[in-house]
Amino acid sequence: MRKIKLLLSGLLFASLLQAQETFPVNGVADKREKCYAFTNATIVKDAQTTLTNATMVIRDGKIVALGTGSIAIPKDATVIDCKDKYIYPSFIDMYTDYGVAPQPAAGGAGGGRGGGGGFNFNQPSQITSNTKGAYGWNQAIKPEVAAHAIFAVDDAKAKTLRDLGFGTVGTHVKDGIARGTGAVVTLNNDNENLVFVKEKASAHYSFSRGTSTQSYPSSLMGVIALLRQTYLDAQWYKNKPAKEGLNLSLQAWNENQNLPQIFEADDKWNDIRADRVGDEFGVQYIIKGGGNEYQRINEVAATKASYIIPLNYPQAMDVEDPNDARAVSLSDMKHWELAPSNPAALEKANINFALTTADLRATNQFFTNLRKAFDMGLTENRALDALTKVPAQLLGVYDKVGSLETGKLANFIITSGPVFSDRTSFLQNWVQGTKYGIKEDAWTDIKGLYNLSINTPSGPVNYTLDVKSASAANVIGKDTLTGRFSYDGKIVKLGFSTTPSRRPQGGAGAPGGFGGGGFGNRGGGGAAGGVQYRLTGVVSGNTWNGYGEDTAGNRITWAASFASASTASADSSRGGRRGFPGRVAKVSYPFDGYGWEEAPKQEDLLIKNATVWTNEKDGKLENADVLVKGGKIARVGKNLSDASARVIDATGKHVTAGIIDEHSHIAVQSINEGGQSVTSEVRIADNLNPEDISIYRQLSGGVTSSHILHGSANTIGGQTQLIKLRWGADDEGLKFKNWDPFIKFALGENVKRTTSSNNNRFPDTRMGVEEVLNDAFARARDYEAAMKADPKTRRDLELDALVEIMNRKRFITCHSYVQSEITAAMRVGDKYGFKFNTFTHILEGYKVADKMKAHGSSASTFADWWYYKVEVTDAMAYNAAIMYKMGLNVCINSDDAEMARRLNQEAGKTVRYGGVPEEDALKMVTLNPAKALHVDDRVGSIKAGKDADLVIWTDNPLSIYAKSDKTIVDGIVYFDRDKDAEQRKKIAAERFRLTQKLIAEKRTAGPGGVRAAEPSWQFLLSCGDHDHHDGLFTIDLQEDETINK
Amino acid sequence: MKKIYSTILALSVAVGLIQAQDVVYPTNHFNGRLFITGGTVHVGNGQVLENATIEVNNGKIVNIGSGINAAGGAKVIDAKGKQVYPGLILPSTDLGLKEIANGVRGSNDYSELGDYNTSVRSITAYNTDSKVINVLRGNGILLASITPEGGTISGSSSVVQLDAWNWEDAAYKMDAGIHLNLPSFINRFGRRGGGGFPGGFPGLGGGQQTDPTKLALDRVEEIKSFFRQAKAYLAEGTHANTNLKLEAVKGLFDRKQKLFVHGDQVKQMLVAIDLAKEFGFDVVVVGGSESYQIADLLKANNVAVILKEEHSLPAAEDDDVDQPYKTPAMLQKAGVLFALNDTHDESRYRNLSYNAGTAATYGLTKEQALQAITLNAAKILGVDDRTGSLEVGKDANIVISDGDLLDMRTSNVSHAIIQGREISLDNKQKELYERYKFKYGIK
Repeated sequence: MRKIKLLLSGLLFASLLQAQETFPVNGVADKREKCYAFTNATIVKDAQTTLTNATMVIRDGKIVALGTGSIAIPKDATVIDCKDKYIYPSFIDMYTDYGVAPQPAAGGAGGGRGGGGGFNFNQPSQITSNTKGAYGWNQAIKPEVAAHAIFAVDDAKAKTLRDLGFGTVGTHVKDGIARGTGAVVTLNNDNENLVFVKEKASAHYSFSRGTSTQSYPSSLMGVIALLRQTYLDAQWYKNKPAKEGLNLSLQAWNENQNLPQIFEADDKWNDIRADRVGDEFGVQYIIKGGGNEYQRINEVAATKASYIIPLNYPQAMDVEDPNDARAVSLSDMKHWELAPSNPAALEKANINFALTTADLRATNQFFTNLRKAFDMGLTENRALDALTKVPAQLLGVYDKVGSLETGKLANFIITSGPVFSDRTSFLQNWVQGTKYGIKEDAWTDIKGLYNLSINTPSGPVNYTLDVKSASAANVIGKDTLTGRFSYDGKIVKLGFSTTPSRRPQGGAGAPGGFGGGGFGNRGGGGAAGGVQYRLTGVVSGNTWNGYGEDTAGNRITWAASFASASTASADSSRGGRRGFPGRVAKVSYPFDGYGWEEAPKQEDLLIKNATVWTNEKDGKLENADVLVKGGKIARVGKNLSDASARVIDATGKHVTAGIIDEHSHIAVQSINEGGQSVTSEVRIADNLNPEDISIYRQLSGGVTSSHILHGSANTIGGQTQLIKLRWGADDEGLKFKNWDPFIKFALGENVKRTTSSNNNRFPDTRMGVEEVLNDAFARARDYEAAMKADPKTRRDLELDALVEIMNRKRFITCHSYVQSEITAAMRVGDKYGFKFNTFTHILEGYKVADKMKAHGSSASTFADWWYYKVEVTDAMAYNAAIMYKMGLNVCINSDDAEMARRLNQEAGKTVRYGGVPEEDALKMVTLNPAKALHVDDRVGSIKAGKDADLVIWTDNPLSIYAKSDKTIVDGIVYFDRDKDAEQRKKIAAERFRLTQKLIAEKRTAGPGGVRAAEPSWQFLLSCGDHDHHDGLFTIDLQEDETINK
Repeated sequence: MKKIYSTILALSVAVGLIQAQDVVYPTNHFNGRLFITGGTVHVGNGQVLENATIEVNNGKIVNIGSGINAAGGAKVIDAKGKQVYPGLILPSTDLGLKEIANGVRGSNDYSELGDYNTSVRSITAYNTDSKVINVLRGNGILLASITPEGGTISGSSSVVQLDAWNWEDAAYKMDAGIHLNLPSFINRFGRRGGGGFPGGFPGLGGGQQTDPTKLALDRVEEIKSFFRQAKAYLAEGTHANTNLKLEAVKGLFDRKQKLFVHGDQVKQMLVAIDLAKEFGFDVVVVGGSESYQIADLLKANNVAVILKEEHSLPAAEDDDVDQPYKTPAMLQKAGVLFALNDTHDESRYRNLSYNAGTAATYGLTKEQALQAITLNAAKILGVDDRTGSLEVGKDANIVISDGDLLDMRTSNVSHAIIQGREISLDNKQKELYERYKFKYGIK
């Protein structure tokens, strides 16, 4: 039967698919104008304008007349009566790869979102692009890709979207960092030539290198640096520099700049990062978000970008087993609950956004999820805009689609009611004047009672047929009999047995679910003693006629006619809004268990009666007070008083300056750009992650500032970022303001990739490492001269950073272990006129302490690490003591998210190993790193005028028995042991509530409705130097992967 | 002695004869009498004896208390004002098996090929000349259980004392335990877990392709099947085909060996309890970071725990920020027998006493914390009849420090005694320190 239906539609519409002028006709020409008039309809022209009892006329795929009252209906129009029907502009999904979907990626490495595949110490590098032709140097930058040139109609995919009410899509190749241009096409199943709305409508970008196998960039910050450099290169290329020759990539990049620029960011922080890249080059991206924008809605709104928003809510997890539940973080549970609030949050923040079907687990979930968004406060008008006008405007095709206006494409849907009502059926989707049926059986409401008459061999038998829906009906004779019923708008089918069934069919059958195979004898031989009828017929208005067969194989005819409306309410499922859900989680900053619902405030504090380790010439003061006002230390002394300050009794406690970790890898999204040996263009600041729980944990260990370093994958790594641990702030808010910029260098085993047996990236020895440095600075020196001579010289961000070093505007912290490499590095510095500001790790520093002193370097080392690889076999715990005794500025660093919580005790070890005086030992984690980082004018000691970055300890801070009671940054108490205890209770209560809700969801969702619990992995980053084995749910990315989250 | 030695070393360096290296001799057997007088003695069982003297004869503690006078001619160590402890025990370690792990394959002997290596014996590869050993002695660690890794069953561990010429001398208790690694009940992503990237591809969500619990339980069944076969094999005295793997677990059934089950997850520990019940094994959990969640159950089934590295991050984002620090106190409260460990690869296990110090900061008493690295460890390793506490009849394995051994500020170790022998506290790091003090003229 289904075949018949297909055949019918084929007869009606196949010939309307007409070729364009240039195409020869095989047969008899059949040109038609496809003129239709839709009358008596409620026409929603756009979210603001609704016409009732209106008429629309279309011809040749366009709207030619629209309005109420006296609309002339052309004589050649086919008139379609749309009484009780609604007509809407069909939807637009501006973010698809319809018809241009790439072949599946060869490898999985680069396919993730939010970054490249990550650098791997153990694999050979691919230094150059594998793309053949006159293209640019990087395989992931391919602005030359043009979706319109490779587009092919894909009717299977088109149908999925059409069935959801979409008529037009934006499409592009979702691969690479610069992805080329996107096209706008309709979902008409016609020759490609005829479906384009606009062939070059948009230019696309992302943070993912996609299928590119080239080593660079391997990190999020590398991607950002590459984007930056490409903007500069393209600018420079406009003057056709002879040395560059033909560069089709840069040429296309420049050509694409006039189009709407769309950036796939996929996450709230990446949204903001993308916007910042745009700001640098005067580009306002349209940003494809990730569905978690509500978690930082103010920052997202501040981008002033328009957004493309997916409805990709996480599926509920099965947390019935407490062990499984344990693995899931409160943050993930909350996001499950709150993700449907994302569109409403965007609306409330007055952000312009379009909706997309992208990222859904199954495209047909779109409306289910959209209704959840309505439940969380999204308005229907805004949703309609987001599916019609907004994407049309963003793509520059609002003159053609996005609303119903004369002259626009005849792209519209006909529905049985208001478009977003639960009870409404989408009946037809017209694309460019071509009709595509969606649920045509619902065009006519067939519910009601019918008189059914069957002409059996023994004479007519009469029944009452109670039609409850297009797929359910009961036959009422002496008994109520089970009917197997279907109606598809044209053909009706009915089967029943005259013997009563135990279960009369209810009214809640799956709409439209009657498949080809459904019409048969359910029980096989039929019920004993009864007669089985199988009937089929054609609907014509209120009367049905057909033929059939009974159990004995007799051919019979039958008829039915409408008698009256159903007695019982056939529609048991109440439509309309389900209303707002009950209590839901609150957004906290950061969005995890220990985040703040209300940010802590700066206070004036008077810390009384403590042992104060000033790190100044006053030394250690007993029974002393510290007064904090306006985020600064106001006074230090005895018997201080202040009327307005909150008094903290610190009797028996110790107060020190906050700990400063000179070498940290927390709070960051990627850490190593190892794609090349020199990557001074990459910036840690581009990819801070303010939601890393390490920030809070380290506050609990008294850390107030951390120097976030690039890893040690290459000789010249990236630019570093000093942060303050302002838990809850965004990335900008974390930054330590007005500091001298630094950069990370590295020497030795990691740089020469000792653990790789097939290294092909120069250098492979310490000889080569020194030469990488020499070469880089020689190039930088030439570059600086060239720039001075000719400002039109190509700007090179990599060399810019090196020039800054030579001009003492940027400073080096250099990962290093053995004496030979330390000396060699210093000699390169001498040659080019710069200092190695800090040698970090520096476990053989004691061997060259005199040379370091002469060079003027600080040393930042581990207290007692040794013997975890060959270059640290001569390491010793007395290293810090010797360097200290030689007069070096010595720091103790962590390079480890766990040890950072105990840096005070690591400093205490220098008392144990080498007898460093206690006050000087403490300076190694406070004042000395402040000096090494050039911020000792503001932090590192307790002195009037300095930042109020303070720790109140329960014991001598160098002791194993010391705990931080309070950790204060800028006069704000960010960690308080009592409040922490309260927060733990809150976390437990909220976890309990959400766990119960998830379990309930499992019950209601049924099989397959929930997924297995997925542990909320915590990603630990380190420079790739040593092992970590912390935590069941920790993934250690020390091998230099990027967080691909 | 040390000073003279250092000077000699420094001089020889000065003339370029030798490079800085670890030249520390084991001490010869000492069967005489030794008195350690006047110290604050931390017995290891919770007791503290002020101003007490320990009398040692022929390697054993023969007397302890106040009012003991040193016999004339006997060796005397004046511990007045000092703290006296039992020698610390590193309860599960690759010491002597893994010299330089990273990038130096030739120095690694801790993980054998194969899955059921019951018959593999760590003691045979234990290198008494490892550079790490002398550094540990300097921090009071005098005994260790040398533990193989890898596979499902890694082999047997042996307890050694850390002052020996060779492994036969070092052996304190040979083949004391068999080590079983339980499969993970968590699907792991990332290179360490061998899977793909999380979140990278829609639909790749964890646990969808494979149910980790089911996979793990299949593996557990395989492990049980192995032990059932072993039991059957051992019931018969004569065999046409000798099976070393099955023979090697005899000690488990006799309870002469313990089964050390490595795992952190609750479900792994439940399996450990199940093994104890079904086979009557004496079971110890190694790792046990989640043990606090089932402490009562562990206690009820007499399963002891060697906790993983104390200085660890909490397992989950929502966990108490100090959870690993306070886990020992939670086990103590539940009455579970537990020991602390130090497996930190970068500091090479030297911080065992500070791990205990942290446990004391977060809920244990200092003596309980000490017990967790001495007597408890001895009990778990089955050597508490000979060591672990300073009690009459036990070996004289003693550490003397200037102050509190659990606190880095005060933990300078001045003497160490193994089986009555006072051992050298020198090591490569101290030699390098002397060498460069000499270079720079630092005092």
